[in-house]
Amino acid sequence: MIDIKKQFPIFNKEPNLVYLDSTATSLKPKIVIDKIREYYEEYSANVFRGIYPMSEKATEEFEETRNVVSRFINAGSPNEIVFTRNATESLNLLAYSLGRKIIESGDEIVTTIMEHHSNFVPWQVLSSEVGAIFKVIDINEEGYLNIYEKNDKIQMSNVKSITNNKFQNLKLENIITKKTKILALTYVSNVLGTINPVKEIIRLAKNINPKIFIIVDAAQAVPHLKIDVQDLGADFIVFSSHKMLGPTGVGVLWGKEDILKEMYPFMYGGDMINEVYIDRSTYKEPPHKFEAGTPAIGEIIALKEAINFLNEIGMKNIKEHEKKLTKMAIDRLVNTFGQAIQIYGPKNIEDRCGIISFNFGKFHPHDISQILADNGICVRAGHHCAMPLHTRLKVPATVRASFYLYNDEEDVEKLIEGLKKVEKILK
Amino acid sequence: MNIYQDIILDHYHHPHNQGSLDTPDKSIQVSNPLCGDKIKMTIIFEKGKVLKVKFSGEGCVISTASASMLTDYVKNRSKHELKKLDSKFIIKMLGIDLGMNRIKCAVLPLEALHKLLV
Repeated sequence: MIDIKKQFPIFNKEPNLVYLDSTATSLKPKIVIDKIREYYEEYSANVFRGIYPMSEKATEEFEETRNVVSRFINAGSPNEIVFTRNATESLNLLAYSLGRKIIESGDEIVTTIMEHHSNFVPWQVLSSEVGAIFKVIDINEEGYLNIYEKNDKIQMSNVKSITNNKFQNLKLENIITKKTKILALTYVSNVLGTINPVKEIIRLAKNINPKIFIIVDAAQAVPHLKIDVQDLGADFIVFSSHKMLGPTGVGVLWGKEDILKEMYPFMYGGDMINEVYIDRSTYKEPPHKFEAGTPAIGEIIALKEAINFLNEIGMKNIKEHEKKLTKMAIDRLVNTFGQAIQIYGPKNIEDRCGIISFNFGKFHPHDISQILADNGICVRAGHHCAMPLHTRLKVPATVRASFYLYNDEEDVEKLIEGLKKVEKILK
Repeated sequence: MNIYQDIILDHYHHPHNQGSLDTPDKSIQVSNPLCGDKIKMTIIFEKGKVLKVKFSGEGCVISTASASMLTDYVKNRSKHELKKLDSKFIIKMLGIDLGMNRIKCAVLPLEALHKLLV
């Protein structure tokens, strides 16, 4: 992957940039930027409206992205691809349009302690609104979901009568019950890097309760792993364009067509309407039912170029590349700094993505990232929108370095050198 | 400009007025949930002026240095005068160029002080 940096114009302007924050957002290749410019310069009309050629061209390009996304994740049909603003909006859409339709008092919603706030808070709020039980699957000390081990605390709840002690000798049977309407979990932790055994979890959960809806936050998975939604067996997955080389302002919700048809609309207004009378309105079929108002047309059009780029390089190659860098980085960190480095998440490199969250000595994550920034190295410091997880890890914040296809071994070495400077300055 | 200058690092390594007063007139704890910084500040007034002040807690270099310098500054100054202090004062006091994201660290001790002055 030696020439990949050349495809990303930002490296022309910043040749020494060490970008280790792709978990927050990825850099953009030239073909994506060019495609956005093409739309704005050549056919910047609205979609689904004009009969004139420019609008038809825009609509064609727009719907072609839907086809490309559909093929990329092996959806059953392009009608199962809903465009939103981001993964967060996709999850909130589900909490409104699905959650508020099916969740009643006493039902259960299950999520995990390693979720991003966007797959935690909407379910927490919904539970408190309707009087549902909000159950949270815990992790074990190595950063795996605590779903298989015995005699271990596996879950917490918003209902005091359910105590952790009640759940000993646990398996999924004690987490998922006939009353569980929704299981919402992440494919890859944005802090620990843990790749959850989602396919296996879905199979077991559906065995216990065939009526359960399973929502997978794939924001950190789709950019890095080959995802086949039909093989996975989930009912919904969500992800964001901007984390997979695409433009900002575009999220994707994939859902099975028959379920999407049953759900409430999300927002009402332009584009999603069939007919409006004074006393009633009717709505379009999915996916347009969920796409009210003018979307981010140029950005959605350009997303397909990002996917084409990823396909050209190959998701398998991307995963291998990140795995190699992650292994090297963990080895170098531990060998150089020993016990001063505390790395979170699975030790087995096969079970994690290219995300390394750590603490370093007694230095504050903000100071570490500031000194790294002064040396041209971009990492993230804070709780990474995963405060429940950080509380569970008993740390207020971590430093997070993450890799993508444009990172290389030199970036890892610069991170090590940067941390040596941190030690030197703050010691 | 590098924010980790000697004077800042000196306050970080050897903070002034660190600790807790035994019989304070008032005490307060403030936190920045984003980074987990916590500052506890205790204060004793005399005739409307600050007689003694101490702080403790966990913080980054910037928030610790800011607390150290601010607690030096406030002694023997009137409540009235101190109520007027704002983020511009803190930036000037630290003498470094802080980005938007780090200002919050620098003004956390000021937030504590303002709550003690109420």
